[in-house]
Amino acid sequence: MARMKFLCDADRCIECNACVTACKNEHEVPWGINRRRVVTINDGKPGERSVSMACMHCTDAPCAAVCPTNAFYTTADAVVLHSKDICIGCGYCFYACPFGAPQYPRVGNFGSRGKMDKCTFCAGGPETDNTAGEYDKYGSNRLAEGKLPLCAEMCSTKSLLVGDGEIIAQIYKERVTKRGYGSGAWGWQTAYRETIAS
Amino acid sequence: MTTLSARIRFVVGALALLFVLALAPAGHAQQPTSVNPTASAVKEDQLLREMNRVQGRVSLPDTKSGVIEQPAGRDWRQFHQVTLRWIGIISVVGMVGALLAFYLTRGMVRIQGGRSGRIIVRFNAFERFVHWMTATCFIILAISGLNITFGKELLLPILGPGAFTGWSQALKYLHNYLSFPFTIGVVLIFLMWIGGNLPNQADKEWLKRGGGIIGDDHPPAGRFNAGQKLIYWIVVIGGAAVAITGYLLMFPFYGTGVSGMQLAQIIHGVVALLFVAAMLGHIYIGTIGMEGAFEAMGEGTVDVNWAKQHHSLWLQEQMAQGGAKPSQPRGTTPAATPAE
Repeated sequence: MARMKFLCDADRCIECNACVTACKNEHEVPWGINRRRVVTINDGKPGERSVSMACMHCTDAPCAAVCPTNAFYTTADAVVLHSKDICIGCGYCFYACPFGAPQYPRVGNFGSRGKMDKCTFCAGGPETDNTAGEYDKYGSNRLAEGKLPLCAEMCSTKSLLVGDGEIIAQIYKERVTKRGYGSGAWGWQTAYRETIAS
Repeated sequence: MTTLSARIRFVVGALALLFVLALAPAGHAQQPTSVNPTASAVKEDQLLREMNRVQGRVSLPDTKSGVIEQPAGRDWRQFHQVTLRWIGIISVVGMVGALLAFYLTRGMVRIQGGRSGRIIVRFNAFERFVHWMTATCFIILAISGLNITFGKELLLPILGPGAFTGWSQALKYLHNYLSFPFTIGVVLIFLMWIGGNLPNQADKEWLKRGGGIIGDDHPPAGRFNAGQKLIYWIVVIGGAAVAITGYLLMFPFYGTGVSGMQLAQIIHGVVALLFVAAMLGHIYIGTIGMEGAFEAMGEGTVDVNWAKQHHSLWLQEQMAQGGAKPSQPRGTTPAATPAE
């Protein structure tokens, strides 16, 4: 099986936010929640870079380790998913996540956290694939349809790469060799304990 | 004239062209042979080294999502999964073990010379109400808190995922809502008993004699002895610490960021576990540890001989005011106690 990963080539990202919009539309993500966002570092200064970031589907995911109810599970494709039926909205995965991926709709009094929502790698949840129940909670399941996550498919500059980690790393390496520079695979060291030599 | 000026213009122009052409190779040599657009680009590892996080500007209204990487979450994970659990096991299980061992060797501390048959009011109805409100909240807060930290290992295999989630979800709501009466209780305890809990000379003597914990010694004490004063300050300071950090966690991003909430959770977890251990000791001495102690907070009155043994200075004070009165069958006329 493939080991699914995201890779944002920051030298190509033009901060168009199409990935953010595509994700929000595809999954009808709850109000106030963005599963993906584009952040510009050193905005307006020489050498600014934009990075599109969502859940990185970490190896040995910290969210899964700290979850008090074991709501997380990892698929055969190494995608980190969670069950909203098991989640109690305690917020621990948010404290542990290096990428700020888990978010909570405000449902109760005192801004009490609802069931956690995060990027599913367009792979839905524990429900039967492509059912209405799955769509309501987790959004569409493109992986089950044989498609890749929409954010990367939409990317106009092909900055955001998605798929088997080895293949996208190879594509990135070729790019770096050809153009002679690359600012690295953002988040890989933190998420996968490995980086792409550039 | 026109031809002369035209020639001058031609000569000047030609010289200028020659000059430019002569300089051109030199000027070209100053440019780098190839352009590296990443020369000044931000580097992830450099940002992580400098401030252990990567953040920037985000165009979403949710500005806090501008933090895209905070590997400090790993340290928090290590704390939560390993350190906190060991603190919990050592403090809570250790305290239960120590109390059990103490009970088996020492047994219940009896009232010397038995009950006198005369009782004296120790805590009035309001004091008892505040105590039991805070105590009830504390027990539920403690169970729900321990469930969040240890439930996954202890209860999840027994209950199964569905039932454990229902149970944990209910406890989460109880934990959030009962924090309010608990906090009010801690504030009232602070105000209500501060008078009797300031350290004084009697505490030195009491502590020097080990509080009479070992042997049959009963050092003199006022309304509260040094041990009870310690419990009081644990409740006040520990209660304030768990309340403040708890509200920071309950209202995310009010005055804190992710790292602030990690720190708040660390303080909340450690203080709460030590708090639980201290309260186990308090519960022990108030129930099976000492004869005649529970009724002080149960019915509000204690036997005069108990008071003589444990709070001699306080009893003298009360006697001077004429506080002691003959015993009645317990529980029949609680409304008749003077303070009520």
